[in-house]
This record gives sequence, structure tokens and C-alpha cells, in this order.
Amino acid sequence: MLDTPLWKKIWLWGVTLLLAGAALPSLLAPAGVDFGESSSVPEINLGLDLAGGSHLLLEADPDDVAQQKLENVEEQVEAALRGAVPEIEFGDTSRANERFSFLLDSAADIDRARGILEPIMMGNDGALQREWDLQVVDTQRMVLSPTSSGASVALNSAMEGAIEVVRKRIDLLGTREPTIIRQGDTRIVVQVPGLQDPQALKEQLGQTAQLEFKLVDQRALEENTQAGIANPGSQIFPFSEDSDQPGRFIAVKRLGGIRGDSLINARPGVDQRTNENIVQIQFDQQGGQRFATLSTQNVGQLFAIILDGEVISAPVFNEPILGGSAQISGNFTAESANQLAISLQSGALPVPLTVIEERTVSAELGEQSIRSGMIAMLIGSLAVIALMIATYGRFGVYATGALLLNVLILLGLMAIGNFTLTLPGIAGFVLTVGAAVDANVLINERIREERKRGRKVMTAVENGYKEASRAIYDANITNFIAGALLFWFGSGPIRGFAVVLVIGLVTSVFTALTLTKLWVSGYLAAKRPKDINI
Amino acid sequence: MKLLKLVPQDTNIKFLKVRLPFFIFSLLLMAASWGLVAVNGLNLGIDFVGGQEVQLTFEEREVAPVDELRQRVEALGYGTPVVQAFGSPNEVSIRVPLPEDVEETPGAANEIGNQVIAEIQANYPDARPDGNQTVSGKVAEEFSRDAGFALLAAMLMVALYIWVRFEWQFGVGALFALFHDVTLTLGMFSLFQLEFSLQIIAAILAIIGYSLNDTIVVYDRIRENLKKYRKMPLPELLDLSINETLARTVMTSLTLLVALLPLLLFGPASLFGLVAAITMGLFVGTYSSVYLASPLLIWMGVTSNSFVPTETEADKQEKKVLGGL
Repeated sequence: MLDTPLWKKIWLWGVTLLLAGAALPSLLAPAGVDFGESSSVPEINLGLDLAGGSHLLLEADPDDVAQQKLENVEEQVEAALRGAVPEIEFGDTSRANERFSFLLDSAADIDRARGILEPIMMGNDGALQREWDLQVVDTQRMVLSPTSSGASVALNSAMEGAIEVVRKRIDLLGTREPTIIRQGDTRIVVQVPGLQDPQALKEQLGQTAQLEFKLVDQRALEENTQAGIANPGSQIFPFSEDSDQPGRFIAVKRLGGIRGDSLINARPGVDQRTNENIVQIQFDQQGGQRFATLSTQNVGQLFAIILDGEVISAPVFNEPILGGSAQISGNFTAESANQLAISLQSGALPVPLTVIEERTVSAELGEQSIRSGMIAMLIGSLAVIALMIATYGRFGVYATGALLLNVLILLGLMAIGNFTLTLPGIAGFVLTVGAAVDANVLINERIREERKRGRKVMTAVENGYKEASRAIYDANITNFIAGALLFWFGSGPIRGFAVVLVIGLVTSVFTALTLTKLWVSGYLAAKRPKDINI
Repeated sequence: MKLLKLVPQDTNIKFLKVRLPFFIFSLLLMAASWGLVAVNGLNLGIDFVGGQEVQLTFEEREVAPVDELRQRVEALGYGTPVVQAFGSPNEVSIRVPLPEDVEETPGAANEIGNQVIAEIQANYPDARPDGNQTVSGKVAEEFSRDAGFALLAAMLMVALYIWVRFEWQFGVGALFALFHDVTLTLGMFSLFQLEFSLQIIAAILAIIGYSLNDTIVVYDRIRENLKKYRKMPLPELLDLSINETLARTVMTSLTLLVALLPLLLFGPASLFGLVAAITMGLFVGTYSSVYLASPLLIWMGVTSNSFVPTETEADKQEKKVLGGL
């Protein structure tokens, strides 16, 4: 074992120095040495529990997506049948059990209806598989049920759209470097480092911001409306808590309204005459024309401004609104007007999102954690080093060298692999420091034993490494299994703990076995001692 | 230089002479732990029951108004909150578990959290929120399921590995020792009603790793001695193996302890539970390797013949592993 070939020495030192060197940018960064923003410099990410910031897990309800898909198909079908020449008469529509069904007035229309609806059944995006199945039951009732591919296409596009909207809203809040990732089918992870006010973010993301303008049903009887009974072709909406008529209801016409998804701009403002907070909106060209038509045809009529299913106000069209811009009033505060403007500008969420997990840590607490964690780690390491040198002398010094390089290589690998260091990860470091010396303890105790049995120095050292490595491998492989499971199961901070443990196992075996062996054999070859103090 | 020898050379402690009393003692401890968990329950954190946890620092006070906080938050009507000092006396952690009837409502935890924070900010202008965690019932359920699965899978897989590398008796012995360690850790958390969070699952998996480490070192020596001393009675051989590895056991436990203690004493308050669990696991794990994992081999009838058929094969494998270095 004494004659390590030169190429092997160079190779081992090369790997060691390269990996340990990768840790330098991360170590020097706090001391003010800046390597620039260049992405070629590996640096360890700090987890949100150390850097401060917010982690939000948002979930969409697939039922909401399915429901919306049904509403859309209902509109398309109704428009298509009404627009047919001659018009196809139908009634008794229903959206129960995730199906849309309607009754044709005449069974003779079945084939014509099929032909007209076929393009809608195929879906819009030129998808290869149909999005809807169309069946006829009870002679003339047509039933549309979503195919499984149709449902998943709808969910996917809703989630992708939602991620876009979330990103826009976070950008508009002025925070930097958010991480927004889809997780599984229905979830979105949002991580915003250094966020001061998670409350505003949560309110932003919790608002769907689906804006609608609908004409008020003037024929509806007040007592019917408040009792929840609508005329045919009308539906009833509640006023929002923040409006000037909270707790009351209003009846509006189902068709002929305008949706707010054709907005190109929205900003908060103040009405010059009334001094009220308002949100000014600007439609795109198409939306502007439709809004102009609607307002021209209904001058003097009431219309309802509906946000996420709640009426925020019901003003009158005083005059035709032709420029494509309008203003929304609704008892706003400056803050709520601003918030609504942001939501409207970033567009409506294609599906409502719910915050199902939040973890926020202030930057102060994060800093405090890093400081106390580092101090504890430093004291612990010094104590371990003192104990090792006092117990094993020269061999303890080798073990210490291996330990220090172990920490550096571990940091270097984390930087190269772009892993995240979390608070439990610091505990993982301490545990690794403690456990890494175990390999050296095993080897050194074995050498002691072999010497005690009267073996020569060379043989004792050689046997020490050979016999101890069996237990070292078995122990580290089983530890690796436990660590890998932790990584697989864990989320966020726990995963940070597992990363340190698992990488630490590999680096500690490398440094404790390979590197110390190199140094010990170098010493033995140079000095050829008759006795060693161990 | 005179080197430190923590354990005198050539110890010959008859560890296994008292194996039966210790084994019964261990069984009693395990039964007591399960009893505690059944009666006292675990102080499950919001990771597992859902709800809201907020950490506050009162910047203009020496001591946080713990009782007043408890009353105010309880007045919101979501049950009794857990209000605990957290780190220094002017820091506090408030935990409001999710009421059972709203567990299924998405966003309920978040709503409760908003109200708790609004209530505190209205009444205590000097309270600085340091951290805020909200976990919904659904996510908490997933965490519980995954945690249980990860623990079971970890124990079974490592037992399987040991069975392959050693003999089935060793696998069973190691598994039992792990079960013992996990049980006692749960017992301690139930006894002291420390918050049982996701971090503690991480700690238990670390304990499993450490305890195994210890068991494997002893088992490895037993395997070696079984091949070497074919005629030695098993109890004597186990005692020999434990004594031979005693210096290493003490040294490693001690280095781990000196590394962990500063973290326990000066480390971040949010790591206390994790570090406390691992520190306890250190002692329990060492004990179980000596007094559970080893005597079980006697009762399961390991003999020196256990390794004769596999000896050559095992040796070959080892040579391969070592040769690859």
C-alpha cells in the first residue's frame, strides 16, 4: 500500500482541490468578495428558512376546471344551434354530473345538430383526440360528456395559464427572482425570497379576477330576486361585502354580457367629480367595440359589474361609451383599487387557486439562524478536532485534515449541483462532521488493535484499513438507503437535510478512506518508522 | 506525547451476562413508550394536523405576554392555541391547530392564519412576525401518510440489506433494534410533549442511520470472529466482539455528542427538536446495538456454521469492493 502511483496521487489531489475549490465562492461571498452574477461561478443556494422569504403551495380544484369547461361548451353549443339556418330549437339545458345536456324540440334535428356540433366536440386546438363525446338518449336528448383526454387538456392549459398569471402578478408586486413551478397535476409552488409582506401576495394569488359586465334584468321582481328566484334567461348574483349593498342580490341577464378577459390595461385612479377611488380599464379593440355596442343599445339601463361571482357595483349607462376605456367604481379604498388593478392587468386566473401551505421566514430570523448555526458548528468542529488529535496523535491530524476537506468538498458539491442549504441542512452538516470521523475512528482503533497483537507497523496499518473498510462500507450504504428515502419523501427544508446527509456520506468515505490512506502511506514510506504512537 | 485512551485496552466486560434482565427492561420501556403515545398522544405539529403557526419577536418587551396572547387567540374561536416561548423570552411561537370540522375545506387554514396575524398586529404593534407557517388539512394528511411510509420503508430496506450482507438473524436483530429506537424516541416526544413535526421524522431517519451504523460495526466484528473462533460459545464470542469494538463505540458516540451539544445549546431555536431527538437517539442507538441486536442473535440460534456456506462468496464480494478502490 505504500507505493501509490504518481498518476493516482495527482488524480486524487486534482479531484479534491477542484471540488473543495468549488466551495470558495460560497464561503467568500459573506466576506464581501463578489464573483459577479456570472452563472459559471457555482454558489450554494440558501433555503428560504435561511435567506428569508415565502413558500406558497397553491392548489387548483380540477372540478372548477371541469365546471368552467362545461360553461364554455354550453355557450358554444347554444350559439351554434341558435346560429344555424334554420335555427335549431332546444330547451331544458342541464349541467349536472359533469355533463351538459339539452332537449331538442324535434327529433328530426338530431343529424343536423350532430353535424353542427362536431367541430366543437373535436376541441379548438386541433387536438388529435376528441374532447367531448356526444350521445343521444331518450330519442331527442343530446348529452355531451368530456373525454378523459379532453379533461386533461383542459386542466393542463388551465394550469399553464394560471402559472403565467401568477408570474405576472408577482412581477407587478415588484418582488424579485420568484420561483414558480408546477407540482403534480393541480399544484403550483411559489417561492419568493426576501418577501416582506406575504399577506399582499396571498391576497393577490387568491383572487381569480374574473370580471364580467352583465345587463340587469329590469323585469325581475324585487322579492323574487331577494328570494333567489330568477326569470327564465336570468340569473342571480349577490352583492360583494365591500359594495354599497352588502347582503343583497341582483338579477342579471345571462347572455349578452361582456367578459373582462379582453382588457389590455388597468390602473387605479380617482374620479374627478366624486373623488371616489376607481379602477380605469382599457379594452382591446374587439372588446372595446362590443362594449360600445352594449352601452349604445342600453343607454339609461342598469348593468352589473361582477368580479369573481360577486357584484361590486350596478351603475347606469349614462351615455354610449365609445373610446374602449371605462371606469369601475365600487366603494374601493386606494389599496383595494390598486390590488384590483394589478389582478385585472395580469388577467384572470383560468382556475381559482387556494393556498394550501405557506411557510414564511423573515430575513432577520434567517440571519439569526445562520449565525447561531455557524457558531454551533464551529464549536462542535473544534471540539471534535481536539478530541481526535488528543486520542490519535499524528493519525488524528490526518483525520482532521480529512474532516476539513470533507466539509469543503461537501460544500463544493452542493454548489456544483446547485443544491439548497436549509436550516436542517446545517444540522446535517454537524451530523456529518460527527459521523465522518467514525470511519477514521474505526481505522485507527483497528490499527491500535493490530499493533497490540504485535503486528509490524506496516502490516498493522494495512490491516487496519482493510479490515475496517468492510464495516465502513456496510454502515454507509445502509445510511445511504435511509438518507435517500428521506430525500424522496421530504419536501423543502427536510430535503435540504437529506441532501447534506447523502452527499456527506459519499464525501466522508472518500476523505476518510482514500485521502488519509494517501497521507499515511506517504508518511510511512518517507520515514519508515519502527513504532507509531497511536 | 501521551495519547488519550478513553477505554482501557483489553476490557473484558461481561455485557451479555445480564442480557435477559436488560432485554426485559427494554421490552418494558417499549411498552411504556407505546402506552404513553396511546394515552398522552403526540404533540403533533401543524405539519401533521394542519393549522397555523406564527413566530413573533416582541421588540419592545423583555418577556412575551404569553398568557394574554393565548386568551386573545383563543377568543377568535378556533380552539385553544399552543403558545410557547421560543428561543429568548421575548420570542414566542403560537400554534393554532385546524379545527376538525373545517379540515376538508381548502383554504381554511390560510383563513385562520390571516385572522390570527391580523389580531396580533392590531393589539401588539411591537410584535415582529419572524415566521409564519400554514398547512391545510389535505397537505397535513399527505405528510402523515408519507412520513409513516418513509419510516417503514427505511426500516425494511436496511433490514433487507443486512440480511443479504450477513444472515437473516442479523437482519431481524437490526430491525428489532431499530424498532426499539424509533419507539423510544416517540415515547420521549410523548412524555415531554415536544412538538412532533416533519423535522422529527428527519431526525428519526437520521437515528435509524446512526443506530444501524453502530449495529453494523458490532455485527461485522461478530461475523469476523465467528469465522475465526469456530469453537467459542456464542455468548462469549459476542462479549468479545462488543469489547473489541468498545473503544470505537465510545469514541464515535463521544465525537458525535461534542458535535451535537453546541447545536443543542447555542443553535437556532427551530432546530431544537431535531437536535434533541438525534442526541437521544445517540444513546438509545448505542444501547440497542449492545443489548438488543446482539443477544437476539443468541436466541435466534446464530452459530459459527451460519457463515460457512456463504464465507467464500462473501469474501469474494469484499475483495471485489476493496479491489475497486
